[in-house]
Order: sequence, then structure tokens, then C-alpha cells
Amino acid sequence: MKSLAPHRRRFLRGAAGLLGAAALGGCDRLAETAFGRRTLKLGEDANLFVQRLLLTPQSLAREFPETAISSYFKPNGTIDPPDEAYRALVANMFSGFRLGVGGLVEAPQALTLADLRALPARTQITRHDCVEGWSSIGKWTGVPLSEILSRARLKPEARYIVFHCADTMEVSGGGLEESGTPIRYYESIDLTDAYHPQTILAYDMNGKALPVEHGAPLRLRLERQLGYKMAKYVMRIEVVDSLAKLGDGQGGYWEDRGYEWYAGI
Amino acid sequence: MSLSSAPTRPVEEARGPARVWTFRHPLVIRLAHWINVACLAVLLMSGLQIFNAHPALYWGAASTFDAPALAITSDEGPNGTPRGITQIGTHTFDTTGWLGLSSVAGEQTDRAFPSWATLPAGQDLATGRRWHYLFAWAFVINGLVYIAYGLGTGQLRRRLIPDGDQIRDIGGSIREHLTLHFPEGEEARRYNVLQKLTYLVVVLILLPVMVLAGLAMSPGLDAAFPFLTEMFGGRQSARSVHFIVANLLVLFVIIHVLLVLLSGFWNNMRGMVTGWFAIRRMPGETIEAGERR
Repeated sequence: MKSLAPHRRRFLRGAAGLLGAAALGGCDRLAETAFGRRTLKLGEDANLFVQRLLLTPQSLAREFPETAISSYFKPNGTIDPPDEAYRALVANMFSGFRLGVGGLVEAPQALTLADLRALPARTQITRHDCVEGWSSIGKWTGVPLSEILSRARLKPEARYIVFHCADTMEVSGGGLEESGTPIRYYESIDLTDAYHPQTILAYDMNGKALPVEHGAPLRLRLERQLGYKMAKYVMRIEVVDSLAKLGDGQGGYWEDRGYEWYAGI
Repeated sequence: MSLSSAPTRPVEEARGPARVWTFRHPLVIRLAHWINVACLAVLLMSGLQIFNAHPALYWGAASTFDAPALAITSDEGPNGTPRGITQIGTHTFDTTGWLGLSSVAGEQTDRAFPSWATLPAGQDLATGRRWHYLFAWAFVINGLVYIAYGLGTGQLRRRLIPDGDQIRDIGGSIREHLTLHFPEGEEARRYNVLQKLTYLVVVLILLPVMVLAGLAMSPGLDAAFPFLTEMFGGRQSARSVHFIVANLLVLFVIIHVLLVLLSGFWNNMRGMVTGWFAIRRMPGETIEAGERR
């Protein structure tokens, strides 16, 4: 045994050294390779698979009593879109607003806020969980997305619902705002989530018209996922069969920047 | 390698060797141990990356932003120089250089945990989350294999449940640890009582609570199993518990590694890499080579 010991020591030292080197930056380099990114995505695939097994389409997110409503609900992401078209809508109290519903539908729609308020409504007091880690509780009133989709009548090849928003996140091309193309917020969900009873387009928050900082005139509520899925300033709904042509193909503004498309955890 | 029959090594002297080789850790346990080391390292560092996205903790369902239970931030000191601030309850501490404000590539940067402790090193919540979930799955699968093997073979009970004589002499074991003397001879065949109890707490309490508190933060799982989040007193409580238990696990690892160093580093490492552990014979003791008791 004695003669083996030095070999073992060298082996152990080598192994420890390799592990240390890997820990000190190897991981970051690995994560930037195509293989690394694909491998890292496996966790999201497993999360989606298992959560879809555990959640029935009707499992509701927890709803809270009025007393639980947060006195301060943190506004996040865009809180005051600078876009001129949006500013014009705000100036006219959204009287010029039309929610467009198009894509793979039999009956495209253009709905005013009055139209939306005339549809069946749902009110829910839910917890909003930000990907950053904080939570706020608010009361939301809006029209279930399923009501709108059933009026527009989805074509058989429909798979995803895309939300196009008013707020510019960045200007592509890196030039001045006038010369580049604005990238406005976009998100997508699948039909399982689209027809969930708590999936609503909210026009009221805590009993009052949805304020600009929280996405007026309409924001998506998708209570079983994280905050960035719940698009604010929703202007147009597009029904599609694939997310490949949306942005960089990952299904949303933040998804194209590395975040999970399935944000149930 | 056979687990049922006790492997033996040649006896070096007629009267019994000074050192006796015993087979301490079966392959499954050795593999599970090292996979666990990699998983916990990635989970800790990516977890600190995720924490940095909102470096404050709260109790209850929702965040009380103006009254966090813990917050790691930065501000400007009396003479205008930036400093790192850690606030716990109503107490604040200057933690410049470590927490709240630390050096990234030579430049003082606002960040809760320093760059060297997070994965990725730079601020990147999206990638941190991906590391965290991939290795959370690896950790859970590895842990389930370990538990199933440990229960199925009786290893878990034999290795981790203190024997009656050990419980009765717990005071002696505490004295030994305080004076940094560790069991030798026949007694070194089994873990000492403090070691067994610590491993039990880690394996049966801390690690499962860690997983449950992590799952309790998921809005999806909260919808599927409302009692899970409720059990912790709300999502923000679950997040705080997740953070506190992570700290306890770090404390465990520090003590574990220190004791590995103090009680014979190479012997312990050989034991967990090859399975073979050397026991020193005590004067007047006859020890038979073979598997640990």
C-alpha cells in the first residue's frame, strides 16, 4: 500500500486542481457554448414536463382575501412607455384603443375597452411572483382570455397565443431611436395556459382602472407562472402555430435573452 | 467488489498490523457523495446569483419592501464613499468588500454577494436560474438514489443511527471533539455519535427542507399543492427558509471539511474515493481486517 500512496496523492491533488479550475470560470465558459446552453435548458424541459403532469388544466393558483392585498405593489419592467403612439392613447384615456386579435383565427377582432368590459369578467386576488424573487398581492379584474379566443374562433393549427405590447424595450441596430427598429415587448403562452380560468386580460387593479405603471389599458394575468410572462400594455393578440418567427424564436422578449419560456418555477 | 462478504487485506505482521484496512464506503455511496459535492457547489453559487437579483428577504406571502428581514445593499458613507451594507432586522453592518459592495475586475461594484461566489460570476439571473434548475434535478435524483440504496441495503440505518452505547456516552464524544481527539482502533469502524446525528440532521432534515422550500416558491407547484407553500407560512417565508438552510448547509460543509482535515485528510479522502479506510490498532487490541461494522 505504501508504494501506491504517492500515486494516489498525485491523483487526488490533480483531481482537486481540475475541480478548482473548473469551478473558477470553466462553468461560465461552458455555459456559453451551444452544448452548454442546450444542456442547461434540460432543467426547464423537466420543470415543464413535471409541472404539466402535476397541474390539471383547472388547478387554480391560490386566491387571497382582500386583507392580504399589498399596500405597495411593486411596478416592474417598463413603467412608463415613451412610445408616441402609446402616449397618444393615454392622452385620450384609451378611447382610441382597439385590442387586435388576429393570426390563425376565423373571426379577427378589434375590441374597444367598452367591448372588453361588456364581456364576462373575472376578479381574482392573487400573488404576483417576480423572477427576481419578490412577491406582491393584488386584485385583478378582467376578461378571461378564453372568452376572447372563443369569439375569434381558433383555426385547428393554432398552438400558441402571442401578445404584442406597446412598450419599446430597446432599439435594434444600436443607432439613434429614429434610425433603428424599436423592439417592443412580446410574450407567448400555449393553449393549456390560454384556456386556464385564471388567465385573464386585466383592465382593473385593486378596484380601479389599471394604472399606466402596471400596464394600462390591458395586462395579461397568468397566475401559475412568473411575472415576466404577464405582458403589460397588450395591444394585439396573434394566434400562431409556431414561435420560430417571433423575435429570436424563443417565445418572448426575455426568453430571447436567456430566460425560460416556461416560468412555472 | 462484494458487499456481502467482508473483503480482507493481507496481514502485515504475525501479531497483527499497526494499520488495518477496512472497506468503509460502498461504490454507490462514494458516487452519491461526490455527485452531491458538485451539485451543492453549483446550487449554492447559482443560488447566490439568483439572490443577488433581489437581495432582500421577507416573512409571509408577499414582500414588505420597506421592512425586509434581511437586506444586502450599498449606500454612501458619511464622507461620500460607497460602502456595502448588510441589514438584519433593525441592525445594520458595514460589509464593504464582502457583501453589498465588492470588487469585480478591480472595480468596486454594487452587488450583494461578490462575483467570486456566484455562478455565473457576472450579474446574469437568466443563466443562474438555468444552472440552478438543472443541478436541482441532478441533486434530487442523486439524493433519491442514495436514500433508496441506503434504506434498501440497511446502510443508512447501520451507518447513521447511533448505537445504544454511543447515545449513553454522548458526553464523552463531545469531550473528544472539543479536544480534537477522534476515535481510533475498533471504535473507528463506526461513525461517532455526533457525526451520526449531524449526518442524520443533514440528510433527513436540512436537505429535504431545502428542496421543499425551493418547490414552495414555484407559482406552478403552489397551484398544484397549496399546502406546500402554506407549510412555510407563504412564498416569501419559503424563500427566507431556503436561504437560511443554505447557510446552515454551508456551515455544515465548513465543519465537515475541517474535521476531515483534522482527523486524517488522506485516510478520509482515500476512504471516500476508493472505499478503503485505514484503522490504527490500539495497544493491546486485536483488530480484524474487514468491512466497517
